[in-house]
Amino acid sequence: MRSLLPLPPSRVRTMTGDRRLGAGVVDPSLLACPAPLRHATVQLAHGGGGRLTRELVERIFLPAFGSSAGAERHDCAVLEPPAGRIAFSTDSYVVTPLFFPGGDIGKLAVYGTVNDLAMSGAVPRWIAASFVLEEGFSIAELEKVARSMAEAAKSSGVEVVTGDTKVVDRGRGHGVYVTTAGIGVVPPGVEIGPANIRAGDALIVSGDLGRHGVAVLSVREGLEFEGEIASDCAPLSGLVCSLLEAGIELHCLRDLTRGGLASALNELALDAGLELVIDEAAVPVGDAVRGACELLGLDPLYVANEGRLVAFVRQAEAPRAQAVMRARAEGARAAVIGRVERQGVSRGRVTARTPAGPTRLLELLSGEQLPRIC
Amino acid sequence: MRYIDEFRDAASVQRLARAIRRMVTRPWTIMEVCGGQTHGIVRFGIDQLLPDGLSLIHGPGCPVCVTPLELIDRALAIAPLPGVIFCSFGDMLRVPGTSGDLLRAKSEGADVRVVYSPLDALEIARKHPERDVVFFAVGFETTAPANAMAVHRARVEGVGNFSMLVSHVLVPPALEALLAAADCRVNGFLAAGHVCTIMGLDEYHPIAARWKVPIVATGFEPVDLLQGIAMCVRQLESGRAEVENQYARSVAARGNAPALRMIHQVFEVVPRKWRGIGEIAASGLALREEYRVHDAETRFGVSVVCADEPQECLSGLVLQGKLKPAECPEFGTRCTPDSPLGATMVSGEGACAAYYRYRRRECAP
Repeated sequence: MRSLLPLPPSRVRTMTGDRRLGAGVVDPSLLACPAPLRHATVQLAHGGGGRLTRELVERIFLPAFGSSAGAERHDCAVLEPPAGRIAFSTDSYVVTPLFFPGGDIGKLAVYGTVNDLAMSGAVPRWIAASFVLEEGFSIAELEKVARSMAEAAKSSGVEVVTGDTKVVDRGRGHGVYVTTAGIGVVPPGVEIGPANIRAGDALIVSGDLGRHGVAVLSVREGLEFEGEIASDCAPLSGLVCSLLEAGIELHCLRDLTRGGLASALNELALDAGLELVIDEAAVPVGDAVRGACELLGLDPLYVANEGRLVAFVRQAEAPRAQAVMRARAEGARAAVIGRVERQGVSRGRVTARTPAGPTRLLELLSGEQLPRIC
Repeated sequence: MRYIDEFRDAASVQRLARAIRRMVTRPWTIMEVCGGQTHGIVRFGIDQLLPDGLSLIHGPGCPVCVTPLELIDRALAIAPLPGVIFCSFGDMLRVPGTSGDLLRAKSEGADVRVVYSPLDALEIARKHPERDVVFFAVGFETTAPANAMAVHRARVEGVGNFSMLVSHVLVPPALEALLAAADCRVNGFLAAGHVCTIMGLDEYHPIAARWKVPIVATGFEPVDLLQGIAMCVRQLESGRAEVENQYARSVAARGNAPALRMIHQVFEVVPRKWRGIGEIAASGLALREEYRVHDAETRFGVSVVCADEPQECLSGLVLQGKLKPAECPEFGTRCTPDSPLGATMVSGEGACAAYYRYRRRECAP
């Protein structure tokens, strides 16, 4: 069957098994109208490996991720080894609520792994997806999640080539947990990583911060803020590709997920022995997110993102890197926010110049930020 | 952003800092009462802008920090009971009791939930009439009106499964207790803007007059804090001791009348124990007789739970401004936000946590 995915040309022998998904061939007609299932909610038997499991795979996952038509059924996907080095990453996704403004658990599960791969400069290619379903979870919602994953895969140029489902007793799960693992290909000559960071490098964030954390929190807790705050949930592989194509020498990239910018910078500073200084006033944060953070006593520098990265590039290349990011929708609010003050220090640290002038230390937090009393 | 940007403006901050430096001719010690102010001062580095000789000390105004150990223990006694849903503001969950905290109780199976308002807890009670919903009512005068409103509504609507574990404290008696101490170093106060928004300024006039200390109701942003400090210093330098209002965009001299009515209707003034300080007369609020059916201490019979503060935690001295966090021998070593000895290391508003978070490298022994 001809691949309907734009990128990359499919060299996948389509493989599916009882518990495995088909290769990445999306047939829009199947997406549009899957046949109804016997049950409206997930039953324990859906994870039992029998007829109901088969039904789930054939009616939900195959229509979303690929077609079993003519496909050889198997326990794994078999992939042609690509030229270049392989990047490989995995992540598990747990979010309440499953659907939130700007995204859902399905999008997160695809983009999260795509973004992890992209941080090494890899072109993401294949994804494996495993689902832990809670007995009683709505099949219609599961289908929404699967379709959302399919769209996310399509928009980031990856194929979902294999997967698994398990069902846990009602009350032992939270609707659905998704684990994805992904493989990407690092083009020849691309070397991106903390070891390449140099004193004097500029730090550039690819957009405004804190939207995902605040969006999820406001839906979960029923907080109403003026104007809906949508998650920034997005793939970053295109942005990284644009930077590489523009010939920007990327020293290091890091996606800003839970713990936000401050935690990501701290991890790098500690791991690579760096002294980083950021200018708080230069960090882009939307008014709605700022307002929500002020009300709740949260620091936007520590709030989660799902479609933002920080790039380390030579100071001289910073304006051009910022311009390349800004030319793309997901990088429209990219900004240079700071620099690497020193490298090779024994204990890395991150400081922020506050808008009022003096500096403060940005530390790793003990746990999650807790909204305060007054 | 309005009400934020103009109060964090770097030029205004520098101008005020210069004005303060010109004004100061003698050493002064000013206490900012509220933990939110402490947090702002340390976060924005306001103290770094002040001249030598003008020192800020951090007051007892962190509700999480002053909640006595035995109240946490009572919460820990109630939370795991069958049928109980225990609701609390987020930053109470990590405060250590004698053994463990509410987060640990949650991990061991207690139904502990973070809420953003006592009215959310009341809503949970309406939705779960078969469960006992308890709200941990902690805080100063600022949170008292909403808590009073929740209890009042529960009574009016007959939501019998809603109760409150009350640990409300009041600022003015604490200031008097600090001033009465023989070794008190405080020359002037920045009163907590949010507390004054509810209560007004009336109760501070007798304190200023009796103890000859300037008291300036002050906000929380860098410009607010520096203006408050400047107003306080100006009084000190000219020998005045009056109540002034820096936070006029929020504080009215008479306070918020409907909020005050609600507080007085539901609560009465009682003696309260303050963590690290001890009992202070007439320094807390408790439910009045007619609302006592919603009192969790009575309902669950936990008033007998008592506890003494651990000796190694010096947070009492920190809360009274007698010790800076970094001067504590346990700071950053045995006591960290990951394993706090006392509440001042837990709350975002706690002085020890603020120093740890923003200053640790400079303070570390």
